[in-house]
Amino acid sequence: MAEEVSLRDTYGKTLVELGKKNPDIVVLDADLRPSTMTKYFAQEFPERFFDVGIAEQNMIGIASGLAASGKIPFASTFAVFAPGRCFDQIRVSVAQARLNVKIVSTHCGVTVGEDGASHQALEDLALTCSLPGLTVIVPADAIETARVIEAVATHVGPCYVRLPRAKLPNINSDDYRFEIGKAVTMRPGKDATVIAIGVMVAQALEAAAELAKEGIDCRVLNMPTLKPIDETAIVKAAEETGAIVTAEEHQEHGGLGSTVARIIAKHNPVPMEFVAVKDVFGMSGKPNELLERYRLTAKDIVGAVREVIKRKR
Amino acid sequence: MTPSDSNNASSGTSADNVKTEVFASNEDLKSVAIRLRRHIVTMIAKADSGHPGGSLSAVEIATALFWKVLRHKPSDPQWKNRDRFILSKGHAAPLLYSVLAECGYFPMSELSTLRQIDSRLQGHADRTATPGVEMSSGSLGQGLSFAIGVALAGRLNAQNYRVYALLSDGECDEGQVWEAAMAAAQFKVDNLTAIVDNNGLQLSGRNRDIMSLEPLNEKWAAFGWHVTDVDGHDLTQLLDALEKAKKVRGQPAVIIAHTVKGKGVSFMENNVDFHGKAPDAEQLETALKELA
Repeated sequence: MAEEVSLRDTYGKTLVELGKKNPDIVVLDADLRPSTMTKYFAQEFPERFFDVGIAEQNMIGIASGLAASGKIPFASTFAVFAPGRCFDQIRVSVAQARLNVKIVSTHCGVTVGEDGASHQALEDLALTCSLPGLTVIVPADAIETARVIEAVATHVGPCYVRLPRAKLPNINSDDYRFEIGKAVTMRPGKDATVIAIGVMVAQALEAAAELAKEGIDCRVLNMPTLKPIDETAIVKAAEETGAIVTAEEHQEHGGLGSTVARIIAKHNPVPMEFVAVKDVFGMSGKPNELLERYRLTAKDIVGAVREVIKRKR
Repeated sequence: MTPSDSNNASSGTSADNVKTEVFASNEDLKSVAIRLRRHIVTMIAKADSGHPGGSLSAVEIATALFWKVLRHKPSDPQWKNRDRFILSKGHAAPLLYSVLAECGYFPMSELSTLRQIDSRLQGHADRTATPGVEMSSGSLGQGLSFAIGVALAGRLNAQNYRVYALLSDGECDEGQVWEAAMAAAQFKVDNLTAIVDNNGLQLSGRNRDIMSLEPLNEKWAAFGWHVTDVDGHDLTQLLDALEKAKKVRGQPAVIIAHTVKGKGVSFMENNVDFHGKAPDAEQLETALKELA
C-alpha cells in the first residue's frame, strides 16, 4: 500500500502556495483552523485570514461580499456545517448570486470516526449538487487535492470541495493533471465499470485487483467532479462494459449513484449496483470499522460487481 | 484608464465629482420622496403583488442615501470606488427599483414590469438581474454579512468607499444578523453603516407581540456598535446621523431609524395587512391622491 497522506494538510499547504502567487486569495474559517488546516494560511497571511468564530452562516455571507469585490475567498469548516448548517446562505448569497466563493469542507463521511453521527456528513453532495451553477468536486488523494485546489482558485464561479478527515494512500502519480468535469480512467476494463469518488477510489482499485484474479476485467473510473459530471465517460462505460457499480461515502440518495443512474437511464440503461450509505446515520467507531459496518469496503465493491454482472443482458 | 476606473484610495477627488451625477437640494428631497412613494404603490398595484409597507417606510432613508450621501454613478453601476448600498430586506425591492430608475440606472418605463416573467425587476432584489443592485436578497438576515465582506475587501484594497446596509427590524429576529454584528465589531469594520428600518411591524403582527426586539439600541451597543437613534422620516436627522456615522473610527455604526410601516398612505400606515399585499385599483387611486 502506498504511503497515506492527509488531504486536508495538503489543502492547507496548497492555499499558502496560492496565496504567495495571488494577493486576491483570502481565507475564512469558523474556529476550526487547526482541523481544516487553514492555520498555515493564517500564519503566513494574517491580514488575509478571517476567523468568524462558530458562525458558519455569517462566514458564507462575508465570503460572498469579498467575492463580489474581486477577492477569491476560500471558506472552510466541517462538511456538516457547510453546506449542512448554512445551506440557505450558500443557496442565496453564493449560488443564486453567482459569486466566486470556494467552499472547502473537511471531515466528510463515516471516516470522521469517533465523533459520531452529528459530525459525519453523508448528505452534503445531495445538497450541493442541487444548486444551479455550483461546481462540486471530491478529490481522492492528496495529489489530486493539490491539483483541485489550484484549479478551483483559477475557475471563475462558486465551488464546493469535499475532503475527508482520514489520511488516504496516494493513488495518482506526481504528474497527475486534473481538469474540472473530466473523469479519470484509473484502470481499463471491459466486463463492468466501477465509478468511485473520494475515499472509495482506492477501495475500487483494490476490488478490481481482486476481481482480476477471478478473471473479471473491471474498469475503474475516478469521478472527482460530481457536477458538472462527465456524462461522456459514463455513457461510454455503459456501452462498453454493460454494467456499472458506483461507490461513495455518502447517502445513496442524491449522490454519485443517483447522478450516474439518471444519466444512464436517459442514454443507455444497463444494470447498476450502489455501494453507499443506505438511508441511515453514522455512529462512533474507528474509521475502518465504520467502513465495514456501512459496507463501504473493497469487499463490498467486489460483491456488487459480481451481482451486477449476473444481471447483464 | 480614466481616474474613475483606478483602484486606489487617491481617487477621492473623482469620487466627489461624481456626487453631482445624482443630487438634489434639501428642498427637492421631499419631492423625490413623494415620487418614490408614487412609483412604489403604482408598480405594486400593476404587479398585483409585492410589499408596499416596508418599501414605503424606508423611502426617506433611501432618498437621503442616494441623493445626498452615496458616491455613485448610474452611468457606470460597476464603478470601483462607488459607495455600496446593500438592501438586506430584499422584499423592499420596489423601493430600490424606484430609486434606481429615478437615478437613471434603467428607464423609468421599466418599473411597470415588476414581477412579470423575464423582467429585470424580480420580486426580490437580484444582483444578476438588475443594474445597480449590489446583492441578491429575499431570504432575510444575509445582507449584513455580505456588507462586511464588501467592507473588508475595501480595506484590503485600500479603497475609500463606504458600505451601507439596510435591514428591517423584523429581520433582526434572524440569528445571522447577530453573528454579523459580532464579526463587524471584532474586525473593527468602520467603513460600514447599517440602517435598521424600525417600523415596529413584521409580517404577521407587531414585533413586540411576535418576537420582541427591545431594547434594540442597547442590543446593538452591547454588540460593539456605535448607535444613533433617529426619526426615519426626518431627512435632516437622517443626513446628520449618516454624516456622523462616517466619522466613527474603530467600530461599525448603526442607525436605528424609527419609521411608520406604509408611511404616506393613510390606510397602509401601521397596517400589517399591507406588509405583502397590493392595493386594488380604487385603493391605488386614493393612495395617489394622498401622495400628490
